[in-house]
Amino acid sequence: MNAFLWQEMAQLTGEHFVLVLVSMAIAVAIGLPTGVLLTRRAALRTPLLGFANVLQTIPSLALFGFLIPIPFIGGIGKRTAIVALVLYALLPILRNTLTGILGVDGAVRESAIAMGMTGRQMLWEVELPLAAPTITAGVRIATITTIGTATIAAAIGGGGLGVFIFRGIASVDTTQILAGAIPAALLALLSDGGFSWIERRFSVS
Amino acid sequence: MTAALEFRQVSYRIGGNLILDNLDLRLEPGRTLVLLGRSGSGKTTALKMLNGLLVPSAGQVLVEDRATTDWDLIELRRSIGYVIQEVGLFPHFTIAQNIGLVPRLKGWPPERIRARVSELLHQVGLDPAQFLERHPRQLSGGQRQRIGVARALAAEPKLLLFDEPFGALDPVTRAELQDQFLELRKRFQKTSIFVTHDVREALRLGTDIALLARGRLEVVATPAEFVKADTPEARAFLSTLE
Repeated sequence: MNAFLWQEMAQLTGEHFVLVLVSMAIAVAIGLPTGVLLTRRAALRTPLLGFANVLQTIPSLALFGFLIPIPFIGGIGKRTAIVALVLYALLPILRNTLTGILGVDGAVRESAIAMGMTGRQMLWEVELPLAAPTITAGVRIATITTIGTATIAAAIGGGGLGVFIFRGIASVDTTQILAGAIPAALLALLSDGGFSWIERRFSVS
Repeated sequence: MTAALEFRQVSYRIGGNLILDNLDLRLEPGRTLVLLGRSGSGKTTALKMLNGLLVPSAGQVLVEDRATTDWDLIELRRSIGYVIQEVGLFPHFTIAQNIGLVPRLKGWPPERIRARVSELLHQVGLDPAQFLERHPRQLSGGQRQRIGVARALAAEPKLLLFDEPFGALDPVTRAELQDQFLELRKRFQKTSIFVTHDVREALRLGTDIALLARGRLEVVATPAEFVKADTPEARAFLSTLE
């Protein structure tokens, strides 16, 4: 392995990390409030979860491909990659937010209402803290999946560690494939460790 | 004398079922009314109307001469203590935070809340030094319900609601908490509504007993009168006293 490969590996790992971070930030920013909304509007649950479920079943390479011709969110490059990664990450976040909040003990919920908590106080002081471990677990799953899926972003010019993998496949070069796969796996392991630390900190109840 | 609370021709219907049928009942301040009845008799439904957890399908429920539908519900609930069988303490709050909840919602200064919480722990027979910083999961069922009672009393409510609060406890702990209930009643003279299906508990704790059967009020009496009541449901309940 030469110095150039190391340098490129560092750069692509950084790119990959940013791709995942930005996608997850957007996915949480959309998924968490929508999940909360679903706890309040039961009628929306089936259509929205169904939509997120369908998204999940589209093969990732195909989803990236589908997005290319779409104006504004599509095209070639990072933006399209991020849109696709966000769509994939939504379901676990949405579902776990819903499950976590609906899982709050009925007696606790009834007490909170009977003590005269407002809807907002109930959400911030009771529902979200008690659902936090479940929500974190959802974000954890979404993050690990996104780290893997993000390697496909290279296929549509999104950059990241997939660049190595696609180049390695094209040139039948195992070193290149590993240079993409190993950092991606390490990134996944590190995030997993980070999340399990966060989950331990949250699990007071 | 104005009534602390009053049910005026209150009915409650869910689906096709009539849960409460034309309930008329009033209670003077400072008294303890026990709502006695079997499961499904409508006693819990009646209780939950007082703090607006349920709204009558017909008729009016009045607290201090004002219909619950005319109250600001948040304000009303913060002035009513509520104790349920499952206790419902917040698992992620310490005991101090649990008891101090309503005072905090009402914006009491922290020092006043702290003093109040310690005072209440004493009153329910628990040592503040030992319990303040614990979490509910570290407590026994009886201790948890003591905290539940302390939480209900915290913000000096005008009315206390108890929904089978001691139903899940072992007989010894249950008797201890009943004793404590009587002691607190003597000390504070707070208007209380107490739901139970245990006639013994009703006779022991109530100043008044209202017997409900299938959503209808069958008997309203003091404990002394109640033991002589001669209606089918009253006889059924009294026959459990051997």
